[in-house]
This record gives sequence, C-alpha cells and structure tokens, in this order.
Amino acid sequence: MMDHREVFREEAYELLAELETSLLELEEAPDNMEIIGRVFRAMHTIKGSGAMFGFDNIAKFTHEVETIFDLVRNGRMSVTKELINQTLASRDQIKAMLDASSSGGQADLQRGEEIISSLRRLVPGDCASGGQEAEKQAVIKKEEVTGEAGVDEAVTYRIRFKPEQAIFSHGTNPLLLLNELRELGDCSITAQMDAIPMLQDYNPELCYAYWDIVLTTKRDMNSIRDVFIFVEDDCELKIEVIDKDSEPREETGVKKLGEILVERGDVSQADISRMLTLQKKIGELLVDTGVVNRGRVEAALMEQQHVREVREKRQSSETATSIRVPSERLDSLVNLVGELVTVQAHLTQTASGKNDPGLTAIAEEVERLTEALRDNTMSLRMLQIGTTFSKFRRLVRDLSSELGKEIEMITEGAETELDKTVIEKLNDPLVHLIRNCIDHGIENPEERETAGKQRCGTIHLSAVHSGASVLINIRDDGKGLDAGALRQKGIEKGLISPDQEMTEREIFSLILLPGFSTAKKVSNISGRGVGMDVVKRAIDGLRGTIAITSQKGIGTTISLKLPLTLAIIEGLLVTIGDEYFVFPLSSVEECVELTQEDVSKAHGRHLANLRGQIIPYIRLREQFAVSGRAPFIEQIVIIGLDGQRVGFVVDNVIGEHQTVIKNLGRIYKDIDGISGATILGDGDVALILDIPRLVRMKEEEEALTTS
Amino acid sequence: MAKMIMTADDSASIRQMVSFTLKGAGYDVIEAIDGKDALAKIGGAPVNMLITDLNMPNLDGIGLIREVRALPAYKFIPIIMLTTESQETKKQEGKSAGATGWIVKPFKPEQLLAVIKKVLG
Repeated sequence: MMDHREVFREEAYELLAELETSLLELEEAPDNMEIIGRVFRAMHTIKGSGAMFGFDNIAKFTHEVETIFDLVRNGRMSVTKELINQTLASRDQIKAMLDASSSGGQADLQRGEEIISSLRRLVPGDCASGGQEAEKQAVIKKEEVTGEAGVDEAVTYRIRFKPEQAIFSHGTNPLLLLNELRELGDCSITAQMDAIPMLQDYNPELCYAYWDIVLTTKRDMNSIRDVFIFVEDDCELKIEVIDKDSEPREETGVKKLGEILVERGDVSQADISRMLTLQKKIGELLVDTGVVNRGRVEAALMEQQHVREVREKRQSSETATSIRVPSERLDSLVNLVGELVTVQAHLTQTASGKNDPGLTAIAEEVERLTEALRDNTMSLRMLQIGTTFSKFRRLVRDLSSELGKEIEMITEGAETELDKTVIEKLNDPLVHLIRNCIDHGIENPEERETAGKQRCGTIHLSAVHSGASVLINIRDDGKGLDAGALRQKGIEKGLISPDQEMTEREIFSLILLPGFSTAKKVSNISGRGVGMDVVKRAIDGLRGTIAITSQKGIGTTISLKLPLTLAIIEGLLVTIGDEYFVFPLSSVEECVELTQEDVSKAHGRHLANLRGQIIPYIRLREQFAVSGRAPFIEQIVIIGLDGQRVGFVVDNVIGEHQTVIKNLGRIYKDIDGISGATILGDGDVALILDIPRLVRMKEEEEALTTS
Repeated sequence: MAKMIMTADDSASIRQMVSFTLKGAGYDVIEAIDGKDALAKIGGAPVNMLITDLNMPNLDGIGLIREVRALPAYKFIPIIMLTTESQETKKQEGKSAGATGWIVKPFKPEQLLAVIKKVLG
C-alpha cells in the first residue's frame, strides 16, 4: 500500500505542471474564462486534497492564491502580466513546499509571505473586502470537498416527483428540474400521464404530469433534495435508495421451475421457450387486469433496465482502472524480461541442437511468449513526451523575457510516446537546443522588423513516430546559420583545411564538434563553452542522430532521431574470427558478399561496388585487431548513416538477434566504437557496435593521414 | 436572442454584482432601484425572469412579486428573491406571493448562476 501522502505529492506535481501550462496559456488569452477556470480548479484541488492529507501549510498558502484567482474568475480582477508572474511564483513556492515536505525540510516561509502580500497588492480596492467573504466560502467549499469524498461510490435512487398542479403559477418549470437531475448522473425518466384529464376538462395552466426517475449518482441524497429545494413544499417527493456499489450482489436466487424441469429431462429447452412465448409477461397481465396502469409498469421496467446497465457498467469500470506503480519496479521488470530473453535464446539454441521435436515446440512457444512479454513490458515504460514539452514553455517564456525577445513556442505531437529513460536523458540536450534557438537563432524584435519578419519569433517543437524511432524537430524562424561564417570559423579553429570541399550539410555539422562556438559574446544563457558537442554526445549516447538544416535569414531546423527504447534492441549478429559483434538492426540496410576479386579491383582502396554505387567500407577485423586470417568470401554489412551508406566488413553474418543491452561497466565504458554488450544463448559475450562513433573515428584517422 | 433578466435592488453594489455576473453569463439585464421602478420598467420590455430583493423602499419585494404575478404576461415567469437567513418567515411569505425560489445572501456568483439555470434553463 502506497502512502497517501506520496500519492498526493505525485498528484500535486501533476497539477502544478498543468497549472503552469494553463498560466502560460492565460498570458496569451487573458480573457479566456475557460483557462481561468482551469487555473482555479488546479489550485482548488491542491488546496482541497492538501488539507485532507495534512499538508496544512500548502493548503493555507494555496488558499490565499486561490482567493485572488476567485476574484479573477468572478471577473472582479483582470489578468495582468504581474498577476501571472506572481502566480507562477506561487506555483514555484507550492512546489518548494512539496519538495521540502518530502525531504522533511521546511520551505522558505518568508518567500511565501512576500508572494502573498504582493498578490494582495494587486487586488483592486473595491474587492479588498472580498477576502473575508472568500475565506468564509472557502470553509464551505472545503466541507463540500470532504462531503463528496465521503460518497465516492455510485448509488442508484428511485425518485418520484409529483408536483402540485398549480406549480406553474410559481414560475417553476419542472422540466428544468429534471434536466438538473440528469446532470447529477446517469438518469432514466418516465413521465406518468394517467392524471391528464379529457380535453374538455383540461386546464393548460395546470401541471397534470408526474415523473418516475431512476438516477445513479455519486452525490448523496441531499444533493438530490437540493434540486427540488424551491418546490419541496409544493410537490410530492419520494427518494429511495435501490442499489449500492458496496452492497453484495444477491446471487441469482433459486432456480426457476422451467430450469428444474429441463435439468431433470422432463421437458426440453425448446418446449419451455415455446410455452414462455405463449405466456403473457407479468407486466402485461397486470395492466390487462387493471391492477396497475401502463405508465407505472413502464417505469418499473425502466428501473429494472437502468439498474442492470449500471451494474454492467460498474463491472466493466472495475476492470478498466489504472494503477500507479513505482518506476523502480518497472525497471526491475524490464531487467527480468531482459534476463528472460537471454535464457530463451539459450533454450532455443539448445533445442535446435537436440533434434527433439517436443523440446523444439516448447522452445518456440517460449520464444513467442517472451516476445509478447517483452513488447508489453516495453510499452509499460512508454511515457508521453508532452510533460517535457510543457517544461520548455516555461523556459522559453522566462529566457525570452530576460533577453528582451518576443518568442512564442508551438508544440506538436505531445502525445508521442517514448521510453522513460530516453525522455529523461533527452531533457538536457533539448534544453540546450532550445536555449540556442532563443539566444542565437531568434533575433531581437527590432532586427526582425527590419528583416521584414513578425516581431514575435516562433519556436516549433514537434515529435512524431517513424518506425522504431521518434523524430523530434526543433525549428525556429530566426536568422539561420551562415554557412560562410561557419566555414571561416572552422578554418580558423583548424577543424577543416581551407581548400576542403564541403557540402552545406557538412558545414552545418561543424557546430557539433567540440570547441566550436559562434556566439560573438558569451551570454549567461549559452555560449559558455558547453557547445553543441555536448548535445551531440548525449544524443549519441541515446543511439540517436542529429541533422541540421538551415536557410540564412529564414530559420534553422534541428532534427533528432531517437530509438524508442534503450533496453532491448533488434540486432544483427556477426562474427569476426571467434568474436561476436552486434549491429543495431535498425540501421542495417543490407548484407552483401565481398570477394577477393572485388578487393583486387579496388586497387587497395576500401571501396566496394554495390549495384553501380561506390561504397566505402571499414574492415572491422583490422579495426579491432582480430588475429587470424579472413575467410575467402567476407560479408559487408551496409549501414545507412546520416543519409550516407557505409560498409562494415565481417567474416560471417549469423542473423537477427534479440539484444538485451548490458552496460560494459565502469572500466570499459570509454572504449570507442563499442556501446555495450550482450550475452548470447550459449553464454558467449557479443559486443554491440557504436556505428556513428566507428565511422567518425575512421574519418578522423583518414583526415590525419591525408593532411 | 439572449434572455432578459430584471434585477430589482436598492443597493447599487448588489445590482452591479448581479448585473455583472449575468452579463458575463450572456444574459441581458435591466436594473431597477426599487419595486416601483421595477414595475414601471417591466411593462416596457419583455422580461424572462425577475430577481428581486425583499427589503426595498417604495414597493418592497413581496409587493412587487404579487403585482408582477398579477400581470398576464408574467404569470409564469420565474421570480427569485434575495433574502438573508434570518428571514425564514419572509421566505414563506414570498413563496405564497408567487416567488419561484430564493437565494440567501451573501452568495457567490456561481450560486446565482446555478439558481438561474435551475429556474430559467
């Protein structure tokens, strides 16, 4: 059982994130009552549940802020920039108090007082007395909250509402009351018409009808009575409970006569069905014999139907609820599944060696189940990237106002799901990229106007699924990258030689190299020497890629391509000598043979001819100094990388392999060209190749030998 | 067309608050400073609902309700009275005069709107 306070804390953090988003939206649309309502609700919930779980300081503080926002919500105060700033500050203060409560510390109370008093100063004079009033209301509201929480199970009520005939003369419209009942919950209503007289006796100013209602609601009986509060003296009102969640459901009861007869074999089921169709239903019998009128029977049938539906719904909702699980448990589940995948590979391998059909069948079944289990487990760890996105909105807002720039951020694809670990590790690189956009990319409002652009710059952040990867684009409409300047800089820094031919794309990639920063002066936002190379390294660490496109004066787009998950990948298992290696299958395009003939035709250069296309290759045997002789026919694994194709020469391609990634450990973690290891079915270790790193190493080596 | 609600109250601040809330919710509002003023104005414009205070000079709330109910055009319109909790007897009196319901002062704007929704739709 998880601690209630912990649950509240989690919920509060979510609410705070929502609050922040709403506030930022509100800043753009200060009159939007819907957003104001959202802000208010978020605070109200924090306050209400805070008080319930003993976070009294949070409840008290939030109450103060809520009081102010109550004025806003009631239109007695308007939304100003200052108000938003202070409310954001309050949000941070609530967060600080939450943080402090989990560590057992104490938040800065002084700060809280300051925020409250500056908020109070914003209240216009004629509303100042409102504080007292709101205080009183807040107490009432609090009661409501606990009151509602007390009845959190749905109860079904049977209500008969028979207004006095003269009810219209009080200006009451009974239909509105019925509508109000409908809003309380799932409601079935039958109108009873039996009191309506013949036309000659009919007075249109009188109400002859009355209603039978069956209502399922989580509200208590008093809320139902409240609906009829104005008419309770002028009507006949009967409210009874007929079904409750908590009541044990009665068993089907004793068997019916027909069922017993069928069971004994005295009559057949068909006979019973035929007889039953002859028999009139009890309702019809009652109506026909005049015991009760048709309307009443219909109301009873409706009630039966309603209760049945409610029970069915309850059953289905019981199964459809979600649960919260601590993330460590998920992590350990993923680890266990990883082990299982390894064992399963071992089993499959053993089974194939045993030539035992029974064992093979079992191994195949286990393989199928393991795969399903793996996919399921992985999907459990998937989170929407939206939470990260909303953090950036705050970042953009704060930084742009600090720099005196006007920047709007548009996000798209917030619902895109990514592995939790990937999302966590993605945060810092994204922050860096967005800071770059704000600091270097988007110009000052004045500059923008002279360039014929809108004063307000835009940063477009989007995420989209693409196969086993997620593409994240950060696009700004700023001044773009200056390929000429970048090239010049690259030469100055000695990163490229002056006569080197480079495509624009290659020039842009220069900014990803260590020690390359184009900012003319160092601001406290970016350009502190921590450059794009850090981003590049982080993305490499996630086995992702970066692509940069830019047009001078129009803007820059940085595209990140990331794998969906980190823990298990589909790999291509190959051998070189006695060593096993794994390529991430997602980047493998094809495998072709490399014969001695091909090698001799290339005159010593490492180039292969693939259907007319010349592809450079790397001999992994040489790269990793594997001893022994290469076989007569080698294999080239063709890899697609940043739009280019590169071949890797290996001895043998074994085939697809479910790769559970294991870290190499502290000692080996800095080895170039290897990103991890995995354990094969027979217990052997295979190393996972870090393709981008290998290619870069080779390029650097080439650059050294040629220059 | 937006529904027209008349608010009759001798307190300008209450009128203002009711009026502001109602306009914010999309209703049209006519203000009247007392019962007499209300009665004079109600003949000139079609009103869908009346919200009236009980203690007013010239013609009080109970009197106003009785007069309005007597008008054929307003026989069935909803009429809400604003009362304080101590006025339980007044509440009964108002009901028998033909009021539809009441709101206890002090009230929140959302309570006001909830009541209007209940009686006016």
